[in-house]
Amino acid sequence: MIVELGHFALILAFMVAIFQMIVPMIGAARGQAGWMAVASPAATAQFALTAVSFGALTYAFVTSDFSLSLVVNNSHTLKPMIYKITGVWGNHEGSLLLWVLILTLFGAMAAWFGGNLPPTLRARVLAVQSSVAVAFFAFILFTSNPFLRMEIPPFNGQDLNPLLQDPGLAFHPPFLYLGYVGLSMAFSFAVAALIEGRVDAAWGRWVRPWTLAAWVFLTIGIGLGSWWAYYELGWGGFWFWDPVENASFMPWLISAALLHSAIVVEKREALKSWTILLAILAFGFSLIGTFIVRSGVLTSVHAFANDPERGVYILAILTIFMGGALLLFAFRAGIMEAKGVFSTVSRESALVVNNLLLAVSCFVVFIGTIWPLIADMFFGRTLSVGPPFFNAAFTPFVIGLAVALPIGAMLPWKRGRIGRAMKPLVGAAVLAIAATLLSYAMFTGSSAIGPLAIGLSVWLVAGAAVDLWSRTGRGEIGNRLGRLTRLPRADWGKAVAHAGFGITLFGIAALTTYQIEDIRVAQEGQPYQVGAYEVELVEVRRVEGPNYFSTMATISVTDHGRLLDLLYPERRIYPVAGMPTTEAGINNGFTRDVYVVIGDPQDNGGWAVRTYIKPFANWIWGGAIIMALGGFLSLSDRRYRVAAGAAKARVPSGGVPAE
Amino acid sequence: MIRALVLSLALILPGAALAVKPDEILDDPVLEERARDISTGLRCLVCRNESIDESNAELARDLRLLVRERLVEGDTDEEVIEFVVDRYGEYVLLNPPARGSTLILWLAGPAILLVGLGLAASYVRRRHHATAPDEDALSDAEAMRLAEIMKD
Repeated sequence: MIVELGHFALILAFMVAIFQMIVPMIGAARGQAGWMAVASPAATAQFALTAVSFGALTYAFVTSDFSLSLVVNNSHTLKPMIYKITGVWGNHEGSLLLWVLILTLFGAMAAWFGGNLPPTLRARVLAVQSSVAVAFFAFILFTSNPFLRMEIPPFNGQDLNPLLQDPGLAFHPPFLYLGYVGLSMAFSFAVAALIEGRVDAAWGRWVRPWTLAAWVFLTIGIGLGSWWAYYELGWGGFWFWDPVENASFMPWLISAALLHSAIVVEKREALKSWTILLAILAFGFSLIGTFIVRSGVLTSVHAFANDPERGVYILAILTIFMGGALLLFAFRAGIMEAKGVFSTVSRESALVVNNLLLAVSCFVVFIGTIWPLIADMFFGRTLSVGPPFFNAAFTPFVIGLAVALPIGAMLPWKRGRIGRAMKPLVGAAVLAIAATLLSYAMFTGSSAIGPLAIGLSVWLVAGAAVDLWSRTGRGEIGNRLGRLTRLPRADWGKAVAHAGFGITLFGIAALTTYQIEDIRVAQEGQPYQVGAYEVELVEVRRVEGPNYFSTMATISVTDHGRLLDLLYPERRIYPVAGMPTTEAGINNGFTRDVYVVIGDPQDNGGWAVRTYIKPFANWIWGGAIIMALGGFLSLSDRRYRVAAGAAKARVPSGGVPAE
Repeated sequence: MIRALVLSLALILPGAALAVKPDEILDDPVLEERARDISTGLRCLVCRNESIDESNAELARDLRLLVRERLVEGDTDEEVIEFVVDRYGEYVLLNPPARGSTLILWLAGPAILLVGLGLAASYVRRRHHATAPDEDALSDAEAMRLAEIMKD
């Protein structure tokens, strides 16, 4: 019964979405206030109905309702409760339902917090947002209905893919979706502005928080995925340039560009048509990402449910929305004239460089990702594009960005001088060069890129500190420290996010340059040396978990005679899903991780054991958290709160109040 | 009964454990280093986007052993790679060589960067020489509204 209610609510939400797509749009075109005003309650209703539907599906998973084919295929009574819940989105149908739930949530939030928008813009934004929802509701209802019943319900389910039964991966999709779908707001604002025919500073201010929020969620989502890959896949890799990873990385790059160019629109009324284009492309890459994952057109480790037919449907959605928006852009972009005048050396120009590098690096990732497809279709060649290509083609952009960032951040708006911006950065530059030389001296490998990246990361972090310090003006240190605490949160956010980028870069450089690896047959009770540590296989046991069996080793790690930690690496078998997984044993540390993996028993005694010393591994994800924190700080800046407050104080002048 | 079945099942299933196994490692550390380098650039053909260095598949192991065998026999890195490509096709290479149509892949990024640089430079130059347009593009009411929103 509850399941049917969920299905019914989903259909109702689809109807409301169609209504909300059409009526406010006509109202805005004709200037009919009543028709425009229905957008807000419709957005709320759409969200509420989708939430009911999602709740019903969750209920079916929690109660293990095996009359539902989705639950049968992805759940099991023995599965821990948390994974019964996360199993809701650990499959194609459920993850799409989560997608639209978040989509309608953002639509509803635009309705709730959009009180200060001009009524026509607001009506159009909500209508465009709803048109995206219509496409996805139709997709779910017609091709991927999560509420299909079984004719004969089995006694138990087939369990969730064990790789997904993990806290890191359980919460990776919701964050990614918050990011992907958050970019739909930027898209809706861009298309609405194109229809409206004007983009001004206020538009920049409205779009930026949505983009920033989406970017923060993408950062967290990508970070979680990378962290999961690190501890779960068994050799401590953190990024594989897998098509699905690239699918989430491309919107991240474009949204990073967008949130910077939106600053230029907001502060200087320049780069308007470019910003609109980025807003369209950012969501376009989200749709491309969804297409890549859902269609399985590029096979990948992640494609847990793919189907060519569904892929075609998403491709159609992509074509209609991108084609339509870009066509609209081609017709209307000309009317958006830039106002701000700025010199060749200025913050504006620096942000143009930032946008250029981010956008082109995104293009490089894009072409590398789809190249096997192009080569096959047009040149009849079956080839692979793997990590070596991406590392070679993408790294120069990271280096360029890292070199330019601290200087650009110090340049003033309108007109600046490189020499003057560099002056306070001399200390940071010296520090960076010293770090490069030091790491080069400690370095024995064949490539100098590691020490260079370490130097650049020091440059970024020190540059961010200098940037913040320079905002406090002149005077005594005490006064300046006082002023530091009163700086706008946006300034703090900027410095923190930039420093976070440096810290992630440091972690990646240190890990890839100085990692120690040891592979051997270990005998129980015979210690051996790896790097500075003494490692010993103490024992190997068979252990039974709630829905798996495990071979669990106990490995002791000793540092100069002092026991550091006991690690318990495992190899698990999930009998219902018929899949093995690896659980690494990790001793996390501030400056290094000790990472052990247990392998097969050997014919003549002993076990295969892999041990890694991974320097500064946690800094990679620590940096991502710091970047996200910087985003949140900036998001909580006073100017957004004041703008929201101004709306409440305002007496409605032109249109009729929405509520 | 069920448990016994499950346990035996567990023993039959391939272990998802180590990629490079201890018995594969060559005694000569220089050769082994070269073998690892080559392995990270070769795709495991039955896997999804994994190199043979990372993969647990049986085929990846065979390829790893093949690479080591060739190295021990005195092949250069290029000869080993050529040997593998001759048998499995260029699909096996994770780093597509910049030859023929693949040149487009390698040159696309730099080309777009140059185009972008040109466009950006011309845009910045235009902004540099532009004069600020009249501010009366906004009506008075709009300007007031904007001022209100922008007021910090």
